Amino acid sequence: MIAPGLHQGGEAAAEMPGRPHRLAALVLKESRQVLRDPSSILIAFVLPLVLLFLFGFGVSLDASRIRLGIVVESPGPAVRDLAESFRGSRHFDAAMGHDRRVFEEALALGRLRGIVVLPAALDEGRAGRGQPEIQVIVDGSDPNTASFVQNYVRGAVAAWAAQRAAYTDARPPALTVEQRFWFNPELSSRNFLVPGSIAIVTTLVGTLLTSLVVAREWERGTMEAMMATPVTAAELLVGKMLPYFALGLGSMTLCVVLAVFLFGVPFRGSVLALYLLSAAFLMPALGQGLLISAVTKNQFLASQLALMSGFLPAFLLSGFLFEIGSMPAPIRWITAVVPARYLVPCLQTVFLAGDHWPLFLRNIAAMLVAGAVLFGLAARSTRKRVA
Amino acid sequence: MSAPSAAGPAELVRLAGVTRRFGDGPPALDAVSGTIEAGAITGIVGPDGAGKTTLIRLMAGLLLPDVGTVEVLGHDARTGQAGIHAGIGYMPQRFGLYEDLSVQENLDLHASLRGVPTADRAEVFARLLALTDLGRFTDRMAGKLSGGMKQKLGLACALMGRPRLLLLDEPSVGVDPISRRELWRMVGDLARQGIGIVWSTAYLDEAEACDRVLVLDGGRLLFAGDPEGLTARVADRVFRLSGFEGRRRAVLGRALAHPGIVDGVVQGDAIRLVVRDRSVLPAVIADAGPGTAALPARPRFEDAFVDMLGGGPGAGSALAEASRFLPRDDARPVIDARGLTRRFGDFTAVDDVTFEIPRGQIFGLLGPNGAGKSTTFRMLCGLLKPSGGDARIAGYDLRRQSAAARSRIGYMAQKFSLYDDLTVAQNLDFFAGVYGLTGDHRRRRIELVSGIFDLGPRARHPARDLPLGVKQRLALACAVMHEPEVLFLDEPTSGVDPITRREFWAHINALVEKGVTVLVTTHFMDEAEYCDRIALIYRGRAIALGSPEDLRRSAAGPDLPDPTMEDAFIALVEASGRREAA
Repeated sequence: MIAPGLHQGGEAAAEMPGRPHRLAALVLKESRQVLRDPSSILIAFVLPLVLLFLFGFGVSLDASRIRLGIVVESPGPAVRDLAESFRGSRHFDAAMGHDRRVFEEALALGRLRGIVVLPAALDEGRAGRGQPEIQVIVDGSDPNTASFVQNYVRGAVAAWAAQRAAYTDARPPALTVEQRFWFNPELSSRNFLVPGSIAIVTTLVGTLLTSLVVAREWERGTMEAMMATPVTAAELLVGKMLPYFALGLGSMTLCVVLAVFLFGVPFRGSVLALYLLSAAFLMPALGQGLLISAVTKNQFLASQLALMSGFLPAFLLSGFLFEIGSMPAPIRWITAVVPARYLVPCLQTVFLAGDHWPLFLRNIAAMLVAGAVLFGLAARSTRKRVA
Repeated sequence: MSAPSAAGPAELVRLAGVTRRFGDGPPALDAVSGTIEAGAITGIVGPDGAGKTTLIRLMAGLLLPDVGTVEVLGHDARTGQAGIHAGIGYMPQRFGLYEDLSVQENLDLHASLRGVPTADRAEVFARLLALTDLGRFTDRMAGKLSGGMKQKLGLACALMGRPRLLLLDEPSVGVDPISRRELWRMVGDLARQGIGIVWSTAYLDEAEACDRVLVLDGGRLLFAGDPEGLTARVADRVFRLSGFEGRRRAVLGRALAHPGIVDGVVQGDAIRLVVRDRSVLPAVIADAGPGTAALPARPRFEDAFVDMLGGGPGAGSALAEASRFLPRDDARPVIDARGLTRRFGDFTAVDDVTFEIPRGQIFGLLGPNGAGKSTTFRMLCGLLKPSGGDARIAGYDLRRQSAAARSRIGYMAQKFSLYDDLTVAQNLDFFAGVYGLTGDHRRRRIELVSGIFDLGPRARHPARDLPLGVKQRLALACAVMHEPEVLFLDEPTSGVDPITRREFWAHINALVEKGVTVLVTTHFMDEAEYCDRIALIYRGRAIALGSPEDLRRSAAGPDLPDPTMEDAFIALVEASGRREAA
């Protein structure tokens, strides 16, 4: 039963130096919850696995086995030779025909990605009547694939011409395309998709998971119970942040291990750089998650906002899938406020090229600034009030 | 830390002209003033939406007033939040526990947050675990505790820092009557040791047991003082009329038509009336028919509450007047449940429940949350397949002829399950469509129910924005549109103010007089009095079946000559426990 001394009880408790105790208790509580909550494990470890497998195996930006229709109008030796080189290439799955009309329907239906018309002039070209024109017809409704097909066909023709020139002793080919690939000589998109996807995964843990767990506390009324205790708003914020910071780094580590040992992505930089970069990125990611949940206080809204403002920009505007340099200027400016756009190039560099500190430090600074702004906003909206 | 100065030694909270709004609507609290004293239980009483939670949050320093001042333990809420939080214990609605932490882990967390020194913890935990009787469950996850145990754990957490003021927001919601009584006893002990307790509730019988009450309605303070002070206003004006076996609903209807009657409800075999003054009584008795006797009754808080609000809604139901009479010549029961059983995995939610309901009766399923009422109910309206047993509605087997059975049912779901985004008119139209009403008939029925329930003026309002009472009327309108023979009402008056509740029961009573059969679930013990017969559901089994009078009588004893429904419930649960143990 309640002993005497009741009336001083409250005052005495307030004078006690409780701060480190309180923070430690909050961190301990949060860690226990993470370990027990299947949805945390799901978002922090299973979802990253799925994404990594998706980008490692499922999605490839390389055009392999493009289905082409090759129209051979008059089968001279050069034309036949070029047609054979298409058929022999591992990039193409080529069908032959004598009239483009044979392939038109298949192109319209999407069964073919393109039609290549090899003109008779290719053989006559030896007579020196100007440059032979190879016509490439592609499905413009899918511009991405269309430009892939175009580039690949151009590359294949150039390779063929060079090869042919080498042993027919003819003139250098009229069409020369110079392409050189650095750092990713196999031109495997996996090698830059997998490092980039680590930024996506870290966004998931930092922003989505954090916003969900804080919103859940509001929904279940536990946040209200916490707020009526002597704990401070800063302690609540830091007590949430620390465990998910650790979880974010853990989930990043898992991705790196898989990337290197399962997908064989080269790792040419240093582990130190990798962790510094990830830690810097977790600041804006966590800040954003805490801000979202402080504002919405609702799991459904929080998840929507986290996906819209965190996940999608990290996906589309970070240089992960689409190169920022080739975006229209206004979109390029928008990417400046997407924290992931500072991480993705660094990750690709640290994996494929090695440590490049000037780039890293510049981007770390940018991420820390974004983190400071987001944390400031989150701290401002996290008051010990329910409305 | 400054000692409390402005407030007197016994005054823990002082509210002065406190107004708080959310958004554009009417204020959640409107110019409320009052005090909370140490060593007493202060009830904050009112229906849902009255402003109880807002008031408690203001006292917990979690909200600031727009106008006025809130002073808690000598600290102003605007500037002294830290001081307030150091001295209060607060249990929010639904207890604020971490369900994925164990009992001990929840206690540890609160001990750290409240700065209980490590050296003292063993003693503090032992004391709180003994108080709440949770010592055997320290390793159990809080989410796996029963409602009553969660409530006690929430209380233990709130008591951690030896608070001087304990704020409990609707602590008895979702808790069975036995646990509710235990909590009441514990809190009484704490008050005697000098702690100030604030207990908010929508149950008026709880208000009666408080030392002081603040009565709220629509954000305004209606009354502050001791509950006896409020009930005194109806002293000598409350009577119990009996002696008209089987006609009580008709008698009540006629009595309410008298202008001198302030309020009236069915109470078991009798009716309970609050009169404006005694002079109207002879006329009412004469009207009730021969054999009627009137005895003075002890006034209750609810009588006074309704009197203060200007009296009940009066007699009559336009709904019933517009309904056809259902023939009573069919001797078969309208609802017939035999050995109903429902298992979820290895958990038996409903275990071998049997009852039958004749035409034109109100049958109540009474029990705490989680006892199996809703599961039984949902099997009977065809929403859930029984694992065993049979159910028939109007002679139709729910398994084989479920469409025919269901077309005879009107169903009003818990929390009124309306489409929040649709307007009132769209909701009515939708439900008319669902029940297969078409063309002219559909239009006429919609017009009729809109008129009866006075929904016309709000036809274009989204259901979301309606006050709770109007939502309830709309839900009832949707459920009766197709003139069902059987009405299923799941917790129909939960959280609704007493006036609206009476209006609701006036409609139901009148429909029953016309031959409609009603099955109702409720955890309001006094609401059970409206029923002709009750099944007490506890832990999945029907532990008692009979009229409210029968059940109360079975619990009567030398030390409890006139038990309430809740007394009866507790006695019957304990008896069934003894039978199981034997």
